[in-house]
Amino acid sequence: MTETGMVESLIYAKPGSLMPIGTHYCPGCTHGIAHRLIAEVLDEMGVGEDTIGVAPVGCSVFAYNYFKIDFAEAAHGRAPAMATGLKRLNPGKLVFTYQGDGDLASIGAAEILHVAARGENITVVFINNAIYGMTGGQMAPTTLPGQRTTSSPTGRDVETTGFPMKMCEVLSQMDGSAYIVRRSLHDVANIRRAKKALQTAFAAQQQGLGFTMVELLSSCPTNWGMKADEALHWIESHMIPTFPLGDYKVHPSLGEARGGERS
Amino acid sequence: MLEGNVAFAEAAVRAGCEAYFGYPITPQTEALEHMSRRMPELGRVFLQAESEVAAINMVYGAASAGARVMSSSSSPGVSLMMEGLSYIAGSEVPVVLVDVMRGGPGLGNIAPSQGDYNQIVKGGGHGDYRPIVLAPATVQELIDMTYEAFDLAEKYRCITIVLADGNLGQMMEPAELPPMRPVRRVEDRPAWALTGARGRAPNVISSIYIDPVEEEVFNHKLMAKQAEIEANEIRFRELQLEDAELAVIAFGTAGRIAQSAVKSAREAGVRVGLLRPISLFPYPYQRIRELANRVRGILVVEMNGGQMLDDVRLGVEGRVPIRFFGRMGGMVPMPDEVHDEIMALHASLPQLASAQEARR
Repeated sequence: MTETGMVESLIYAKPGSLMPIGTHYCPGCTHGIAHRLIAEVLDEMGVGEDTIGVAPVGCSVFAYNYFKIDFAEAAHGRAPAMATGLKRLNPGKLVFTYQGDGDLASIGAAEILHVAARGENITVVFINNAIYGMTGGQMAPTTLPGQRTTSSPTGRDVETTGFPMKMCEVLSQMDGSAYIVRRSLHDVANIRRAKKALQTAFAAQQQGLGFTMVELLSSCPTNWGMKADEALHWIESHMIPTFPLGDYKVHPSLGEARGGERS
Repeated sequence: MLEGNVAFAEAAVRAGCEAYFGYPITPQTEALEHMSRRMPELGRVFLQAESEVAAINMVYGAASAGARVMSSSSSPGVSLMMEGLSYIAGSEVPVVLVDVMRGGPGLGNIAPSQGDYNQIVKGGGHGDYRPIVLAPATVQELIDMTYEAFDLAEKYRCITIVLADGNLGQMMEPAELPPMRPVRRVEDRPAWALTGARGRAPNVISSIYIDPVEEEVFNHKLMAKQAEIEANEIRFRELQLEDAELAVIAFGTAGRIAQSAVKSAREAGVRVGLLRPISLFPYPYQRIRELANRVRGILVVEMNGGQMLDDVRLGVEGRVPIRFFGRMGGMVPMPDEVHDEIMALHASLPQLASAQEARR
């Protein structure tokens, strides 16, 4: 009891699976939300101490500094291969990679296809913000047609640079995939759906159902040249039409656990 | 009778190798095939990766889990592994690799070569690092060095590469396999390994030091480790160097061929001996320096354009003339060719030729 007779109760705190430190991410970036969702899910499942993460090359290259769990830092695009080695030698542990769009869909395209084809029991958290963040805003494999970046200064011309890679659509075709869904981090309702999807993916991995991936449409206000709220709106107005949210593959035995949507 | 590729794969199994990741490439594929049968049979991990790029990163992951792990490949495949090897060196996880070298550059061919010397011995990937490199000349040495490579890799937390060639990989000769060691138990994995942070602080395996000051400190650590390796792990074999006026220096298969030539040149009255470096890193510079102080000339024989030759020069420091004989592109030197080179070196040194005349 304090002198005023008031009792303070903590109703919101950092998840135990996150380090009690700040991040290097830009203001308005959704990496922090994605990190928190993963940490909350690990805490709620009580598996943080039985989980190994693999960080990518990209803005989230330092993810291992922010999670209070065992972590490896992979070469650019190779996180699925490194995670394969970790999982095969730690079959009872949860293993996840955290990868951006350049890492996963460009330089790591072969590794992500084959980890899915093998039905490797890992979970991939795929952060798609349609741009290379760490190197300062170049065209990504998921950059939208017409989108301006520092390496497509007049807008992505599909005649010369091709089309955005739709990885959920591709990976859902793999027989080894158990759970492939796309969610968005642009508002609270969608953030809650994203968390549910992460829970389902990790649960599917625990059950040994196969390869699982949760793609999260994310913002990059710095490199998109927008304010934080404008960037969130841009996800909704521009990214979702190209990258429709929904469940692209759900293993039959996940049935009730899903709670997904197809918009 | 054991074929080299099968022999080193089985030696790895017996060394307690818990996981093998690889990709088919001639002339080492028999190793991958052997592992595909043996490892599952023993309840261990075998996985044919989608590429050598993926294979070495699977090795990286498995090594980060604290398990004994290896891959094997041949020259073009090893080139693809260089990125991963640099990361592995930068993370100090122990890894064993066998490179069964073939003719190059490019796709080249599948015949024996020693053309990967520079890439393997000098590091190969980006940044300052050196793997321990062992060069066998017989199937028995290929077995013994692969077996020991795991201990060396773990002792120094470094990469150990057994540098063989297509000749050794494909050759069948009598050899003995070492005893079977058990696989390390999960609870005995090293304290730094990624096994889930149950009851301890989290571990991180990473090659990032974003602050150049810290990166330099780490580089100094690697340099100190290399110095320790150079102080402890130099290996070489010698033949008839006691009274030699000429020395042949050759490694691996070239060293084995040179051995025949040294014997025939001895029979022709030339006092010649052989130095066969076994450890290519650390390199026996000091032994070559000692030799250069007492022989009159040196012949370097390689199955490449003269890659180890640079290291011999570093040891000789201009003290005596060096002659080079190399076959390239998958061509293997014949003993009589090397014999002729020894005789030519001998003839080019007038004081030796006249001395031999006087002895007659």
